[in-house]
Amino acid sequence: MDPTDIARWQFAITTVYHFLFVPITIGLSAVIAGYELTWLRTRDERWLRLTKFFGKLFLINFAIGVVTGIVQEFQFGMNWSDYSRFVGDVFGAPLAIEGLLAFFLESTFLGLWIFGWDRLPARLHAACMVLVHIGTLFSAYFILAANSWMQHPVGFAFNPETGRAEMNDFAAVLFNKVQLVTFPHVVLSAYMTGAAFVVGVALWHLRRARTAEDRAVYRPAVRTGAWIVLVAALGVAVSGDVQGKIMTEVQPMKMAAAEGLYETEAPADFSVFQLGTLDGEKETFSIKVPGMLSFLATGTPNGEVEGINDLREKYRDTYGADPGAAYYSPGDYTPVIPLTYWSFRLMMGLGMAGAAIAAWILWATRRGRAPTGRAVLAAAVALPFLPLFANSFGWIFTELGRQPWAVFGLMTTEHSVSPGLSTGEAWTSLTALTAVYGVLAVVEVRLLLTWIRKGAEELPPDVPTDAGEDRPLAFAY
Amino acid sequence: MELTTVWFILIAVLWIGYFTLEGFDFGVGMLLPVLGRDDTERRVMINTIGPVWDGNEVWLLVAGGATFAAFPEWYATLFSGFYLPLLLILLALIVRGLAFEYRAKRPDLRWKRRWDLAIIVGSFVPSLLWGVAFANILRGVPIDADLEYAGGFFNLLNPYALLGGLTTLALFVTHGALFIALKTDGEIRHRARRLAVPAVGVTAVLAVAFLAWTQQQTGSVGSGFAFVVAAVTLVGAGLGARAGREGWAFLGTFVTIGLAVAGLFLALFPDVMPTTLADGTSLTTTNAAATAYTLKIMTVTAVLFTPLVLAYQGWTYWVFRKRIATHHIPPASAAAETTSAR
Repeated sequence: MDPTDIARWQFAITTVYHFLFVPITIGLSAVIAGYELTWLRTRDERWLRLTKFFGKLFLINFAIGVVTGIVQEFQFGMNWSDYSRFVGDVFGAPLAIEGLLAFFLESTFLGLWIFGWDRLPARLHAACMVLVHIGTLFSAYFILAANSWMQHPVGFAFNPETGRAEMNDFAAVLFNKVQLVTFPHVVLSAYMTGAAFVVGVALWHLRRARTAEDRAVYRPAVRTGAWIVLVAALGVAVSGDVQGKIMTEVQPMKMAAAEGLYETEAPADFSVFQLGTLDGEKETFSIKVPGMLSFLATGTPNGEVEGINDLREKYRDTYGADPGAAYYSPGDYTPVIPLTYWSFRLMMGLGMAGAAIAAWILWATRRGRAPTGRAVLAAAVALPFLPLFANSFGWIFTELGRQPWAVFGLMTTEHSVSPGLSTGEAWTSLTALTAVYGVLAVVEVRLLLTWIRKGAEELPPDVPTDAGEDRPLAFAY
Repeated sequence: MELTTVWFILIAVLWIGYFTLEGFDFGVGMLLPVLGRDDTERRVMINTIGPVWDGNEVWLLVAGGATFAAFPEWYATLFSGFYLPLLLILLALIVRGLAFEYRAKRPDLRWKRRWDLAIIVGSFVPSLLWGVAFANILRGVPIDADLEYAGGFFNLLNPYALLGGLTTLALFVTHGALFIALKTDGEIRHRARRLAVPAVGVTAVLAVAFLAWTQQQTGSVGSGFAFVVAAVTLVGAGLGARAGREGWAFLGTFVTIGLAVAGLFLALFPDVMPTTLADGTSLTTTNAAATAYTLKIMTVTAVLFTPLVLAYQGWTYWVFRKRIATHHIPPASAAAETTSAR
């Protein structure tokens, strides 16, 4: 493999890995803030137990999200320096602002929340988790604005003298139409993911609970969580639908690649499942929903959807005349079809399966029921993974579907890599990071399981107040 | 003042924030086996930085992001050029950050020892390598006419850069010792103070040698002034430690680090990465900069939000101002538990 391929593998591995922890952080911080605020309002101890229990799981997850996030910021410069030079004037600003607005907020107020149980008034303590959550939303907004610019570059001009994209309209970058629909899509998916995690854990405990008191703790967590999954899933579907139409407009090849549609069709069918090589050569077996692709792409059941072969010609005409051979070379503009085809279906399929299971759980736990069958166990174990992996496949789809471009229509991935990057350096980095990430995954999962098993423990008795300054810390590492 | 100069100053400020703050939590990490004789003492040390180390590290992330936005060429050349040192720093920061959070999550000692090692090594590696990296930026590295780094890994290992690395290492150890002296109580506090006095001595020798070498190499009037005052405050820190004035002593190393970094940036200006090649091109605040439009947007954001960040980060230190002693540490089995339901 040449350095470009290795750098691409590193970006894929580190980014997909990092984004396993991000949606849980976004979703879970909202749920925990909700628990703590409910406890403040009702003074019902069950909510405090849930706050503390999920708070611990949150921290185990958050820590690994933070440290893997540092790699993300550094590797643009390390592996993709030509990309950084080309886009820095536009892409750097949201990244820097993300740090200033979001990272400081998240890290500072999380530190206060973790260690502040006995130092802060109750309302202020709850406000800390609310601020952490707001920090995660800021973070999502700015990083998605940067990504949306790669999907659909706006608010800039190419300067042939400096050979780079230069920003001339920051508002256009922040309110890019791709961004306006991507942000709700990603954040709602994160709510779905965080809530699915809560439902899985709480349902597992509900099934094992031996006392009515324990059931009374976990039941509200299961029910509220499942409702969040369902409502968020609806929002994810609606925003995803709008996103599909915008994508068809700004990156028609990505929609064609999502279906493996080689010839332009009207109406175009959507295949739920397909056997074959997906290279457009052979007849394949497939299960099709008539007109569905037309609907996804255009909003009408018989709208025309352009196929890969036509788009290839069209892209050649549009991008064949290169403004400077340094940024892209006329070539094949088709992404890897089997990857886009399957990741698109896995994204939707896993997401829908998650929503269906949440709906079933709501039904099974209706009116005070606490079912204990094996189906409940299976649902509890499966649910957290469904929206989580749907997120991963969504990103794999949208990033691979943009290929060969790094910045759509402006710069290819091939031309983005650091010119001085040697194969040895790239390999060292890829293997070191992958090995460390692998070990950490094992450690993290085992730790999570240990702490999940402990459950929402009963609150310890109050420490006598006359202990004063010498009483032990409410929380200590 | 030109916006490129403003951003050069702001990036210097971000690095000053990073080194003055994370400097002491690196120091605390490295001193873990020296000052923490048993698990409880080590937990005392870790808990002094527990609520703040992550916020301290964000200064690095913002410095990186700001360099990307304000000086894209600098970001690109620096990060791709200093590849292996940065990879080592990344790996160190990964294991170190997790160690703080995960160490207390299981009671058995073998588990804790492993994470202790992660904290120690994870604090040592960046403390040394940041100095090496900054010294190389000041000394100049091979950068060709296309503004690309043209050297290899071994260009970065030279006596001047190694001296720079040892200087940051010693500074952070001393800074950490004084922080422990300031933030703990009991035996460990005295141990930290006793260690700080000779630590200041060693640091002073290294720092004076490194800063004088820098001054002789690329210094300006401004950098010379900053270096002299930095040396004076370092001596002040030593005197403060000996007199048992921990607050003043810690303030001393705080100012020393801040002024030393400020001096390095003053010595660098107006270059941001000078070249050592005769036919190469140095990166400067002008040829590495983003457009005036982007810099303006960034300036407005920085003016609006930096004071806010400073206010709430400062407030955190106020909330956790109390000294910690061994009797404040809840028993190991109750680690990560809460003892008060309020």
